[in-house]
Amino acid sequence: MSNEQPKSAYFLVQNGEQEVTHTLSVLVDDEPGVLARVIGLFSGRGYNIESLTVSETEHESHLSRITIVTKGTPRVLEQIKNQLARIVPVHAVKDLTTIALERGNDKPLERELALVKVCSTGENRLEALRLADAFKAEVVDATTDHFIFQMTGRTPRVEQFVSVMGPLGLVEVCKTGVAAVSRGPEGMMGEDA
Amino acid sequence: MSANKQTTDTILAGASISGVEMNGAEMVLQAFRDNGVEHVFGYPGGAVLPIYDEIFQQDDVEHILVRHEQGAGHAAEGYARSTGKPGVVVVTSGPGATNMVTALTDAMMDSIPLVCITGQVPTHLIGNDAFQECDTVGITRPCTKHNWLVKSIDDLPGILHEAFHVATTGRPGPVVVDIPKDIQFAKGLYTTGQRRYHKSYHPQREGDAHAIRMAVQALASAKKPVLYTGGGVINSGDGATAKLRELAELTGFPVTSTLMGLGAYPASSDKWLGMLGMHGTYEANMVMHDCDVMFCIGARFDDRITGRTDAFSPDSIKIHLDIDPSSINKNIEVDIPIVGDIEYVLAAIIHVWKEEQRKTDIPAVKDWWRQIEKWRGRKSLAYRKNDDVIMPQYAIERLYEASKNHDTYITTEVGQHQMWAAQYFGFDEPNHWMTSGGLGTMGYGFPAAMGVQVAHRDALVIDIAGDASIQMMLQELSTCVQFDLPVKIFILNNQYMGMVRQWQQLLHGNRLSNSYSEALPDFVKLAEAYGAVGLSCEKPGDLDDKIAEMIEVQKPVIFDCRVASLTNCFPMIPSGKAHNEMLLGDEVDDEDIDKAIDEEGATLV
Repeated sequence: MSNEQPKSAYFLVQNGEQEVTHTLSVLVDDEPGVLARVIGLFSGRGYNIESLTVSETEHESHLSRITIVTKGTPRVLEQIKNQLARIVPVHAVKDLTTIALERGNDKPLERELALVKVCSTGENRLEALRLADAFKAEVVDATTDHFIFQMTGRTPRVEQFVSVMGPLGLVEVCKTGVAAVSRGPEGMMGEDA
Repeated sequence: MSANKQTTDTILAGASISGVEMNGAEMVLQAFRDNGVEHVFGYPGGAVLPIYDEIFQQDDVEHILVRHEQGAGHAAEGYARSTGKPGVVVVTSGPGATNMVTALTDAMMDSIPLVCITGQVPTHLIGNDAFQECDTVGITRPCTKHNWLVKSIDDLPGILHEAFHVATTGRPGPVVVDIPKDIQFAKGLYTTGQRRYHKSYHPQREGDAHAIRMAVQALASAKKPVLYTGGGVINSGDGATAKLRELAELTGFPVTSTLMGLGAYPASSDKWLGMLGMHGTYEANMVMHDCDVMFCIGARFDDRITGRTDAFSPDSIKIHLDIDPSSINKNIEVDIPIVGDIEYVLAAIIHVWKEEQRKTDIPAVKDWWRQIEKWRGRKSLAYRKNDDVIMPQYAIERLYEASKNHDTYITTEVGQHQMWAAQYFGFDEPNHWMTSGGLGTMGYGFPAAMGVQVAHRDALVIDIAGDASIQMMLQELSTCVQFDLPVKIFILNNQYMGMVRQWQQLLHGNRLSNSYSEALPDFVKLAEAYGAVGLSCEKPGDLDDKIAEMIEVQKPVIFDCRVASLTNCFPMIPSGKAHNEMLLGDEVDDEDIDKAIDEEGATLV
């Protein structure tokens, strides 16, 4: 037996397993505190949140859909899903990344939206506009001093856009976080949903 | 109000009282009655006065006034664990609620059904830092199975019924219903039928049929099997206990249990290996390590059980039955997971076993038993007897002997005495052993014993305590005297926080930092000050007579049992070691203790 354990009342493990990033979709009752339950679970058990978005998606049945991008070893990801499912107002937890892989896709369909404010003049202003055009970003507000671009796309592309705006007078950025659904005709809850 | 009250009472005599108008406080009491509540533990305060006013005006529900809200929580836990019913607590807002947090967390860790009603400041004051306001649902969110802040009287009846439902079904646990004072006064229609259940909440009872067949196949193929059982068997109920016993009988497999599961399988059975884990028996841990099929029933591979996880039972097929999917593959990867209620799944397994005419591999299992007998021969619970000083193990053995002819319930605090109680007291029935397993709460045992005694007035209820732990919830002695609860506190007084001292000896160069019980009270006088009875014993020869005296007294007793002060709790799996690397009491000397934990730095905790 290896002697690497320090003196401790607990067995300390170095986990060598590779971490992977997965996108989870969580259907919850839209009631006070439900988001706190989800977030508290992640912070309390030391799980990662890379992105989290939430919004009521089915108004009549008061259901909200939370999209969480998280990172962990396969075993931690299984724990996250099981722990989420244990929360009383949680209806369903779907691992969109696993579903995508099962269906032969690389990833689920993921998008986020960014609002990017750029203040510049002269050549920089023109360059910003040209790049926005190349990225298919839309101008949603402008004066002679600034533009606000609305940019929608996959996270890496949004980030790339923000980064190229950096030297061109970037003032502030707001991003929505990832919204995601599985590709194909099936809904989150399967055929009967 | 009084007219309304009359209506309530009249209808109560009949059947349902659904649809009657009443105020929130009345609804709380009515929901208690409708959910079979006979006893409530609590402490009044400003934000629950309307509920206390209702308590005053009725006789169906007896209120036990504790001396500290944490005591109410642990009492309710003891009540719940010993009856299979939910424990119910009523406390006020602010400090009342925060004092409950330890008990709620304890119940969460050990899956004990508690329904805790907390008062809250009136709705319009919430968020204003009002007097005795705290964010109760925020604070208790991580330590409850679910909690509710009631914002409308219309929601109250549904929430109250749902609270009982959530606490007692699936994997049981504590729930909190936070009721602002204005809601307690507000009038609304009480309902019973229309329960506001979350549609999302539906615990799984039946196990997956395929997994059950796989499990049966694995069990039948086992040459070195073990049934590793836990507190879930007791939570599932008497049916589960019966099925477990039937399965053990049917297969002839050895049975071990976690701390929480003691009593589900009778300790007097020849198939019983004793408790497993850090302070489990040699045979139980060796069986766990060397087995080829492990059936984990309602246990959760806690770190006190597994030792080092990478060396845990390396060659076994692991079947894990649990009602909570999040317990599966959490600490140990298993081969055959089954999610479901133990009673149902064990019944299905027994059914399939019989239907498929499965047979135990008798020659192989006989060999296995021969091996187990060799391990038993090590007598890992042996200790050196002493004629001058009471050995703590001896004290538990004598207590066990003396209580055999009684309906005995044992609770414990946390520490060495807890482990000795688990090792040397034999439990043949479930629900007779109450201990804080997951959270390890010093101060649990005495109020828990009080709660047990409330449920079982004529039983012999003993809190096996340590001199340090008992001081954490001592104030409840006053409650015991007030309500004629003749709880026996049996203190193994070694004048140390013994388990802390033991770890300091093992891990920290025997530097006994703050683990000596300085300035201990005179426990005999202390008992007398409360109107209880104090007994003390220093000599092994006097012990039996004194214990008999303690049992005889129909009053709360503090028994100050002076035991050897530096005894260590063995057997023990030292940290970072596997099940087959135990330290055994018999063969342990100071040199072994020094070597027990490798020198690689005591730097990390």
